[in-house]
Amino acid sequence: MKSILAVLSVVAAIVVLWYAACIPMNIQGVLTEAERAGAEVIPATAKDRRGLNEFGLAARNSFAIPATWSQDRPRLPAPHQVAAELWETTVGKKITSKRSLVYHGWVTLSATLLGFAIGTGLGILLAVGIVHSRVMDMSVMPWAIVSQTIPIIALAPMIIVVLYSVGVQGIIPKAVISAYLSFFPVVVGMVKGLRSPDAMQLDLLQTYNATRSQGFWKLRLPASMPYLFASLKIGIAASLVGAIVGELPTGAVAGLGARLLAGSYYGQTVQIWSALFAAAILAACLVGLLGLIERGVLKRMGIV
Amino acid sequence: MTMVEQAIQGKEGDAAVENSNQELSAVVRATNLDLTFQTNDGPIHALKDVSLTIDKGDFVSFIGPSGCGKTTFLRCIAALETPTGGTLSVNGMTPDEARRNRAYGYVFQAAGLYPWRTIAKNIKLPLEIMGYSRAEQDERVKNVLELVDLEGFGGKFPWQLSGGMQQRASIARALAFDADILLMDEPFGALDEIVRDHLNEQLLALWARTEKTIGFVTHSIPEAVYLSTKIVVMSPRPGRITDVIESPLPKERPLDIRDTPEFIEVAHRVREGLRAGHEDGQ
Repeated sequence: MKSILAVLSVVAAIVVLWYAACIPMNIQGVLTEAERAGAEVIPATAKDRRGLNEFGLAARNSFAIPATWSQDRPRLPAPHQVAAELWETTVGKKITSKRSLVYHGWVTLSATLLGFAIGTGLGILLAVGIVHSRVMDMSVMPWAIVSQTIPIIALAPMIIVVLYSVGVQGIIPKAVISAYLSFFPVVVGMVKGLRSPDAMQLDLLQTYNATRSQGFWKLRLPASMPYLFASLKIGIAASLVGAIVGELPTGAVAGLGARLLAGSYYGQTVQIWSALFAAAILAACLVGLLGLIERGVLKRMGIV
Repeated sequence: MTMVEQAIQGKEGDAAVENSNQELSAVVRATNLDLTFQTNDGPIHALKDVSLTIDKGDFVSFIGPSGCGKTTFLRCIAALETPTGGTLSVNGMTPDEARRNRAYGYVFQAAGLYPWRTIAKNIKLPLEIMGYSRAEQDERVKNVLELVDLEGFGGKFPWQLSGGMQQRASIARALAFDADILLMDEPFGALDEIVRDHLNEQLLALWARTEKTIGFVTHSIPEAVYLSTKIVVMSPRPGRITDVIESPLPKERPLDIRDTPEFIEVAHRVREGLRAGHEDGQ
């Protein structure tokens, strides 16, 4: 109960700050509109108002403050505007509609999940190789690290262009970018997990004359599970980012990335923010789902 | 050839003759064993000129301060370390052959049970690796659980058991397959005195029932004297044997045997051996 109260007060604080931030962000636009509508504004012309302190403007034109929370195209939309847009485009629209966020969300989600599956599979395979082969440890790990130092926003168009030129398009290029981002945390976590059994555990298997594969299946793999799940949670969030970034450079017509892009083309800030929130909610759900699976698996293993 | 080398060769020759005579009863035979670890701080002489015979059915304790090589010697028998000199045979084979033949069960200082396996499944671990059938596995788990007095705990996870029970489960795991030799590296070192007494008593009963040959590393003089038929006193820098004491105590040993004059005499001799080794090392 106490923790719920704490969580709610943090949320309330954020919302209050957000509403407060809307005032200086939107006051110039609101005053311009008010002036056109014939209202008395101090100073009277847009030219005079330019460059003045937004807080001062709001103080002198306090009648205009409520309007900063209900503009059509605000610089910063108010929380209730984003919430209304989210509600309207998810519940209020048929999911087959091109304006439905559920539709766009699914387009992005499918690429995310495919990319996550590829990235996770690749990550685990690489980690197994790295743990079992010194050559792979020395040759693969540096490249894996280097791969993550390149900004994905710079690399994504290249991947899409290259794949398009060999005839691959649609969901695959997005999934490849997703996989590119998600394999790395899996590699790092899995390598650490597979190496987590201590010397005594390895000695014990040695006394049984166990083979390497027995050591892997009976000791290393189960021991790595907690590490794997920690990595998967990072990996799935990175996958979603990858899928969205993959939608940006192509001018894709569907997907959360496409909604972001279209919103910024047409100055639809409310649409941008609602797409952002949709992405954040989707990521939170995916991470939460993985958390549930983690609890279930570890509980069945008897670790938790 | 130097005098020393001749002397060593001569010793090895004698050992070979002796070897053929005692082939049947000797389970472990070490002759002039040497082991030097190369470290960044220079070589460390972990074992120097260690010669020892362990006969079938012996309960041999290795006692000495840290760094005296008692654990290292046990690990050599288990082929977890490779000696840099001398000869060592286990069941008439090289230690590594013996390991591959699964000649021994090893109990570490920590129980080292897998947290994701139940006690029964933990005991099955070596059986699975060695390819026993399902039915055989169940049968053996039942037997060894009874042997270490843990009936009814097979379905529990390790964290549900006390430290002493966990260590008993790890002993059961080492007993589950048919190794004649049980090597124990300070198995009760992390347990309190009362639990330790209890486990010592149980271990003796278990040894009497199974007729295994046991190698047992310990820090505790009473523990070594109470358990062993043979006490090997070792001292550090370099790790070497300073005394080997054949215990005059009877095989039947209730806990209060520790108050008898014989027991106290043996304990005294062990203490003397430890002190002598300590003074040499200074």
